[in-house]
Amino acid sequence: MNHGFFERNSLVLLIGILIVVAIGGAVEIAPLFWVNGTVEKVSGMRPYTPLELEGRNIYIREGCYVCHSQMIRSLRDEVERYGHYSLAAESMYDHPFQWGSERTGPDLARVGGKYSDEWQRAHLTDPRSVVPESIMPPYAFLEKTPLNYRDIADLMRANKAVGVPYTKEEIDAAIADLNAQADPNADGVDDFHKRYPKAQTRDFDGNPNQITEADALIAYLQMLGTLVDFKTYHADAPENRR
Amino acid sequence: MLSATTDRPFRLDLAIFPIILALGFFAGLIEAGRSPDPAMVIQAETFMACMLAIGTFYLVHYGDGLPVEERTGYMTGVVKAGVVASMFWGIAGMLVGVVIALQLSFPHWFYFPDLGWTNFGRLRPLHTSAVIFAFGGNVLIATSYYVVQRTCKARLFGGSLPWFVFWGYNTFIVLAGTGYLLGVTEGREYAEPEWYADLWLTIVWVGYLVTFLGTIIKRKEPHIYVANWFYLAFIATIAVLHIVNNLSMPVSLLSTKSVALFSGVQDALTQWWYGHNAVGFFLTAGFLGIMYYFIPRRAERPVYSYRLSIVHFWTLIFIYIWAGPHHLLYTALPDWAQTLGMTFSVILWMPSWGGMINGLMTLSGAWDKLRTDPVLRMLVVSVAFYGMATFEGPVMSVRSVNALSHYTNWTIGHVHSGALGWVGYVSFGALYCLVPWLWNKKKLYSNSLVEWHFWISTLGIVLYITSMWVAGIMQGLMWRAYNDFGFLEYSFVETVEAMHPYYIIRALGGLMYLGGVLIMAYNLWRTARSGESAVSAQTVVAPQAALGAAQ
Repeated sequence: MNHGFFERNSLVLLIGILIVVAIGGAVEIAPLFWVNGTVEKVSGMRPYTPLELEGRNIYIREGCYVCHSQMIRSLRDEVERYGHYSLAAESMYDHPFQWGSERTGPDLARVGGKYSDEWQRAHLTDPRSVVPESIMPPYAFLEKTPLNYRDIADLMRANKAVGVPYTKEEIDAAIADLNAQADPNADGVDDFHKRYPKAQTRDFDGNPNQITEADALIAYLQMLGTLVDFKTYHADAPENRR
Repeated sequence: MLSATTDRPFRLDLAIFPIILALGFFAGLIEAGRSPDPAMVIQAETFMACMLAIGTFYLVHYGDGLPVEERTGYMTGVVKAGVVASMFWGIAGMLVGVVIALQLSFPHWFYFPDLGWTNFGRLRPLHTSAVIFAFGGNVLIATSYYVVQRTCKARLFGGSLPWFVFWGYNTFIVLAGTGYLLGVTEGREYAEPEWYADLWLTIVWVGYLVTFLGTIIKRKEPHIYVANWFYLAFIATIAVLHIVNNLSMPVSLLSTKSVALFSGVQDALTQWWYGHNAVGFFLTAGFLGIMYYFIPRRAERPVYSYRLSIVHFWTLIFIYIWAGPHHLLYTALPDWAQTLGMTFSVILWMPSWGGMINGLMTLSGAWDKLRTDPVLRMLVVSVAFYGMATFEGPVMSVRSVNALSHYTNWTIGHVHSGALGWVGYVSFGALYCLVPWLWNKKKLYSNSLVEWHFWISTLGIVLYITSMWVAGIMQGLMWRAYNDFGFLEYSFVETVEAMHPYYIIRALGGLMYLGGVLIMAYNLWRTARSGESAVSAQTVVAPQAALGAAQ
């Protein structure tokens, strides 16, 4: 074939380029949306609570993902260090995903429950006060900054629009639920637990007077990797082989 | 200049762009006035200031009628502006790089608890975007606009559109960069700018494609020169990648925040399809366009092989697209996709080296110039680094190697051997060529300053990449080390501690590289401001290579 045809016709060249670059992406990405088993069927996954969702936004805002991964690979040392390897199902409600690409700091996929709220607070305020060798930046301002959650319902609506199964009831109750999770004595705690089973409810930042950004971020960190019930998940089952 | 006004032909673009700028300004005004989101208010005000600045530029530039260069000859003003912007953003981006390297080396000194916006998490995207998109992007705009005019023997298409693209692109950079400091981010690497900045970039990028393709269409040469194939592939593919990867739902039209359309595993692969091809098409195809023009012209030799150019071009762009999943080996991405990604990454070695050979062998019969021309040496060393990085990449994408290298500083070292060695040097070489050509000077202000730049920055690169190799491999080995009792040998923080000396060496390497760029900026400034004028610089036409390759 004579390449001169492409060299003399700019639109042919452009169309040729577009066809050639479209193939790889289409073959690799498109099947992920319809091949069965791409996302495992597990029990325990639920969308984020309003407070966790706000915490996740702070995680994204501060760029935590540039140093911390949330993806435990299926390698012996990683499983022993961090816990069960991460499942695709565990980030199915993550818009965007936060798997990360670097471990300047440790993986956080299963950090939930590993440390106390007090430790998390001290660590965020001054990382070197609890881990002297740490090179993490200080986030002292989080517990001084009241959480701004006026658009939480819009945030949940936007998540719903892209496929997170929030119900109308959950969106309507967003602010009440957010308050209830950070205040175990609030009226709506029972309703909140009905909507988000097993969600953790307490004053995460140790300051009962207001809901701060530290409340939201710690609520998020403390639930990371805790949702899937691994007693009912069998990695060897044929439907989980991928 | 009344006479100029009377014989001014009507130009549609001069009616359209002021309207676009005004619309942009009012959109900013509405956001600034109505948004309850303080970050959005600042972003909107920044955008309005940019619109005003561009409008002022239009008034000054076109107020007295069309500039001479838009009636006859090539448009060089916008290329000059691109050169200046490249140097500015290059220095800014590398400076931020040195700062964040120091933060990891000396956290006690370089973190400020009361200034959250100076934390590593916000500055790191600022560094990556500033060097890739601000420095690299301006180099690509400037060189592509220069090259396409010379090799097509035609003025840039679109009247003032090239200027709109230049200013619009830099507006995007300002919006993105200030956004990161405010904590405005989509949270996906190298695609951090939020929905409204993405929309603006889409408009600008369509303009870029129109100017570039339009110039090719109106060319006076029968064939499209090989450098332009690469530039065109870069522009077209980046458009596709940008649009698909940034599909998202804004929380509201008055909010900076948006929610990505895809989630989890699908989002991960879409992002790394984008991320890897930002490397493949922005940092490779685009800069290969530079290689295919500037090396032949500087060496005064035709491109080594026309046939290799064709094979190199089509195989490179076809195979690159598949390589994304190598960023996700052993993750929750299905195995079949991981295997495809790894396989194509290994295959990618071949077209990459085809390009390297084509670039290096272009020096056949002119190797002696490496001794006397430090600019040509820089260009050639860039191709050598390209070869090295594109060998290392396939190796790292093999599963068993990736098991060790992923998540470690080895990746950082790999990226920087490509970024500092290949992208940086090929850009510097092109800028050293362009400044005397554009400002009509016989030669650079000082060749020995180029020598200093070359050796200081080469030493800097060596310090950078060797320290990160050692650090990364050590990190990977420590993470997986077991003691005699079958327990993990090291806690995570012990591996952090072990990185300390290497982080310091890396910061030093980066500082040297920045020092080299400062020397370069001084040299280019002196070249443009003084130096002997070359009488006939404008008569230089497309390089022989254009003809050589086209036959």
